[in-house]
Amino acid sequence: MTITYEAPPAPTIDGADLPPREGDRVIQFREALREAMSHEMRRDKRFFLLGEEVAEYNGAYKISQGMLDEFGDKRIIDTPISENGFAGLAIGAAMYGLRPIVEFMSWSFSLVAADQILNNAPKMLYMSGGQWGCPIVFRGNDGAGGQLGSTHSWCVEGLFANVPGLKMAIPSNPYDAKGLLATSLVDDDPVFFLESERMLSDKAHVPEEQYYIPFGQARKIREGDDCTLISFGRPVNFCIEAAETLANDHDVHVDLLDMRTIRPLDIDSILASLARTNRIVVVDQSWPFGSVASEVCTQVVERGFDLLDHQPVRVNTEDVPTPYAKELEAAYLPNPGRIVDAVRDTLGV
Amino acid sequence: MAQPQTAAPASRGPSAKLPDERLRSWLVDMLLIREFEVRCAQAYQQAKIGGFCHLYIGQEACAVGTIATTNHDDPIITAYRDHGHALARGMDPGACMAEMFGRTTGCAKGKGGSMHMFDKPNHLYGGHGIVGAQTPLGLGLAFATKYEREVLETTDKKRVCLCYLGDGALNQGAFHEAQNLAGLLDTPVIYIVENNGYSMGTHIERGTTMAHNLAAKAAGYGIEALTIGKGIRGAKALDILEIYDQLKPFVDECREKSRPGFVDLHTYRYQGHSMSDPQKYRSKDEVESIKDRDSIAMLAAHLMNERECLTEDDYKAMQDDVKARVREAVKFAEESPIPEVEPELYADVYANPQKNLSPIRDYTQGAKNPLL
Repeated sequence: MTITYEAPPAPTIDGADLPPREGDRVIQFREALREAMSHEMRRDKRFFLLGEEVAEYNGAYKISQGMLDEFGDKRIIDTPISENGFAGLAIGAAMYGLRPIVEFMSWSFSLVAADQILNNAPKMLYMSGGQWGCPIVFRGNDGAGGQLGSTHSWCVEGLFANVPGLKMAIPSNPYDAKGLLATSLVDDDPVFFLESERMLSDKAHVPEEQYYIPFGQARKIREGDDCTLISFGRPVNFCIEAAETLANDHDVHVDLLDMRTIRPLDIDSILASLARTNRIVVVDQSWPFGSVASEVCTQVVERGFDLLDHQPVRVNTEDVPTPYAKELEAAYLPNPGRIVDAVRDTLGV
Repeated sequence: MAQPQTAAPASRGPSAKLPDERLRSWLVDMLLIREFEVRCAQAYQQAKIGGFCHLYIGQEACAVGTIATTNHDDPIITAYRDHGHALARGMDPGACMAEMFGRTTGCAKGKGGSMHMFDKPNHLYGGHGIVGAQTPLGLGLAFATKYEREVLETTDKKRVCLCYLGDGALNQGAFHEAQNLAGLLDTPVIYIVENNGYSMGTHIERGTTMAHNLAAKAAGYGIEALTIGKGIRGAKALDILEIYDQLKPFVDECREKSRPGFVDLHTYRYQGHSMSDPQKYRSKDEVESIKDRDSIAMLAAHLMNERECLTEDDYKAMQDDVKARVREAVKFAEESPIPEVEPELYADVYANPQKNLSPIRDYTQGAKNPLL
């Protein structure tokens, strides 16, 4: 770092994530994100937020609502529609020692910034021989938003998780949104943080204090001995629904894991679960070819072959561009019905 | 070294006030870059350097003359033809050569190569390989210097960032986005277009609109522009004094006003685009006609004939000294250790390595960079 600013010490990420408590207030996913950012921005002036409509418009999805008023226009910065330019600006600033938060209105739009976010951010530390890293968070909406058509519905996890040097977090609920974003912000590496437009209004109990969910530790949502079911991001919610159907209607009890981060990937928890269930279904909202689901299945085969009583099964989106028509889009996405079917297939019930 | 056919114009600008020693140091730096690149070419032909290797011969006055207008702690960033900037900024020639030899003593521990010269102690933020990709980064560096002063309030210093690009990068979207943002955000980044007339093998007139007046493009973004050395590919030589005299007040003004700048700096590369360029796109006569008006010979003539602070003997000694330093750098590189696969291959991927980041191996912390 070139700057001499005495940053406050980074908080400890000790694995003691607070359990959601009934007594906590109920807030939206978007508010949880805002709280995580605002907390770190109050703590450490190196943080700033930039992106399209983040300031005067109060956020295209109201995630940054009120932040301009609190932090001023030098730290909450509206940009023109120039993803490649402002992502690069942020990476340069991170090299200098600042802590940028880049909001992509949609990860779909990050594709025009691919050179900056894939070539520069994750490789800087390596190609400078350890001289300069890139502590930065890129965040935005990932996945089908709701009839947005082919170009606006990208799931980038399969594409981008391929690149070494970056970390990737993908929360499935407001509690994790706050805790994972807090951890992302204080991490020294570039973190790709994948939200979902469809979850921004979801509500949950979220503690007021800042808490830091450690990377690489999956959350066990439900215990069961029949089949391991894993997912990340929005489809975790489909899995919860499917798990209930399976239990209630078919007497099938799944061991359900929310991965929370893709890089690092908590393969240890998957294998531990597999040791009990001997079956696994992986649910991933991106395309099947070379996806995170493929990666999970591969690692399961590489490390847990002897644990398997059935080949690993994945549930992805269908392997076509995202359609517009409501009914087609619904059939394209993973959904509880397809997940139920996949689990039943592995069990032959 | 060819003597100039035309006498250097008498310096009337800020360079006239600089002490002799300063100008002599520029001459040494330019000689060092020239000799260094000659030895690079040799090493490349001997297969001691691999990959892509872009030489700076002919353009020495650009790096030396422009860096002379900055403070040492002003960040600079450049593209892949970067050995000259690294040396002009003060990188140890041994570390620069060792990087290309792929040795642990290289500036990036042998992980970057010719196109990725990084030097933190000398505020050189790379060496970047994708054409134009460094232009948003330079914007970010300049933005951060301003943020440091205005938000962190840890310094009163006004800094500028010099961000270099070749004329081939003029047509990259990244550069246009960066200029627009720089103009909007009042960011003190100065884009220096090292206009050598060729984007690899494509003459500027074949690839760039308004090639005769690039300043007009900057004007479109509200950015002040400066053109230096126009006509050098016709009659004039590339004169480092002219670069300094024109650029110094321009840089000072960008710094003071916290505004971006654009410099169309005409130059010429004597060698091909990279080591593998047969140069069918230009004639030998064109290249030779420029060499007759070499910028190193010009500065030497100025110091000998006008300043009278350099004798033939001094100059000879200077050249011998530079040759010895570069020989030493090559020797240092050759004798330096090759990086160990354990742990260097898996080191420096993450600043904060964690378990299960990779399905193949755990990432490690590597050896400390020798420059740090």
